[in-house]
Amino acid sequence: MNINATLIGQIITFAIFVWFCMKFVWPHLLSAMQEREKKIADGLDAANRAERDLELAQEKAASQLRESKEKAAEIIEQANKRANQIIDEAKEAARTEGARLVAAAQAEVEQEANRAKEDLRKQVSELAVAGAAKILGKSVDAAAHAELLNKLADEL
Amino acid sequence: MAGNSQEYISHHLTNLTYGKLPAGYVRHNEDGSETELTEATWTMAHTKQEAADMGFSAIHVDSMGWSFGLGALIMFLFWRAAKKASTAVPTGFQNFVEMTVEFIDGTVKEAFHGRSALVAPLSLTIFTWVFMMNFMDLIPVDVLPSIFGLFGVHFMKVVPSTDVNVTLGMALFVFALMIFYSIKIKGIGGFVGELTLHPFNAKNPVVQAIFIPVNFFLESVALIAKPISLGLRLFGNMYAGEMIFILIALMFSAGAFMGLLGGVLQWGWAVFHILVITLQAFIFMMLTIVYLSMAHEDH
Repeated sequence: MNINATLIGQIITFAIFVWFCMKFVWPHLLSAMQEREKKIADGLDAANRAERDLELAQEKAASQLRESKEKAAEIIEQANKRANQIIDEAKEAARTEGARLVAAAQAEVEQEANRAKEDLRKQVSELAVAGAAKILGKSVDAAAHAELLNKLADEL
Repeated sequence: MAGNSQEYISHHLTNLTYGKLPAGYVRHNEDGSETELTEATWTMAHTKQEAADMGFSAIHVDSMGWSFGLGALIMFLFWRAAKKASTAVPTGFQNFVEMTVEFIDGTVKEAFHGRSALVAPLSLTIFTWVFMMNFMDLIPVDVLPSIFGLFGVHFMKVVPSTDVNVTLGMALFVFALMIFYSIKIKGIGGFVGELTLHPFNAKNPVVQAIFIPVNFFLESVALIAKPISLGLRLFGNMYAGEMIFILIALMFSAGAFMGLLGGVLQWGWAVFHILVITLQAFIFMMLTIVYLSMAHEDH
């Protein structure tokens, strides 16, 4: 158990190993471990986030589905209403058109009748004049008796 | 038998020493003849007495070799693990290395309240290296010396931590770091103040002047006691453990019954020693951390 140069040798050896460990071993190991730790933490975070996202997405999908169902029902209802309205409107239009046509036909008929009456009246007055001329044996000056004839025609 | 036992024990406790024998030194050869050296010679010591006579310039080849070899082995293993370290899933030995690193990192963070890039790797080196050196204690005491004996090596002490030079060397390195960081963090004034102004101080400058040498004496003793106790604690534990293994090994040559009893004792002591070697490595590391933490503390 002699104290000798082994003491110095051990100090030098120790210093070399500590330097080596500090330079080449410790930083690599620790940084790799910390990186992995971070990676795992990130992974867990991401998993949590994905789960939450999935939940949210499901909720959203469900609500959208519900909404779209409601909307669809509303649209169908509206369409039905609109269809009824269109039918009603068409009916109304047809009715008024029919009425108008009938009225126009009636007016035309009346006009036609009036014209016929007028014609008849004219012919009557001419016949009357002709008749009278035959009876009197001479021609009657139509112009001279125009007032009388018109009066007669009006009476018819 | 008694003389034989003593020789056996003494043989096991002698290091393989390389050093210089002075001119005129009389060597006692194995066959009883004597050789007088005509000039100073660098040589391997053949006896315990020669090893002692070589003085300070001698070196324990076995302690140095095992200590360096084991340190290099563990550093190589950890270096390889560090090179392979990635963020991928660790396997096998990688796991073990990372577990050790994490354990030491946690211990350092808990006990060391400063900022230092040195303390954690230093702790890892101490823990793994001292553990490896202590671990040699678990190899049956005669195995390696017998193998080396076949190659003509006289002495072989395979547990470096049973060599007081090794443990004190490490403790002195830690001591140097303590002094270095004390001065670096607190300045020379702060360090000297720490040594001279505690534990006694007074308002009166005259009384204070009287206290300074007293304080200096007390604090110096406390300071120097740290590396001495650090080194001797490890040495003492391992030396005592080794001694018991050697004593148990003596029983193997004392008949069947004693041999069987020795086997049981050997097994029991080895199992107990697994705890001791780990604990001693941990204590050495822990005390180093604590001492360096104290050196970093600024009052």
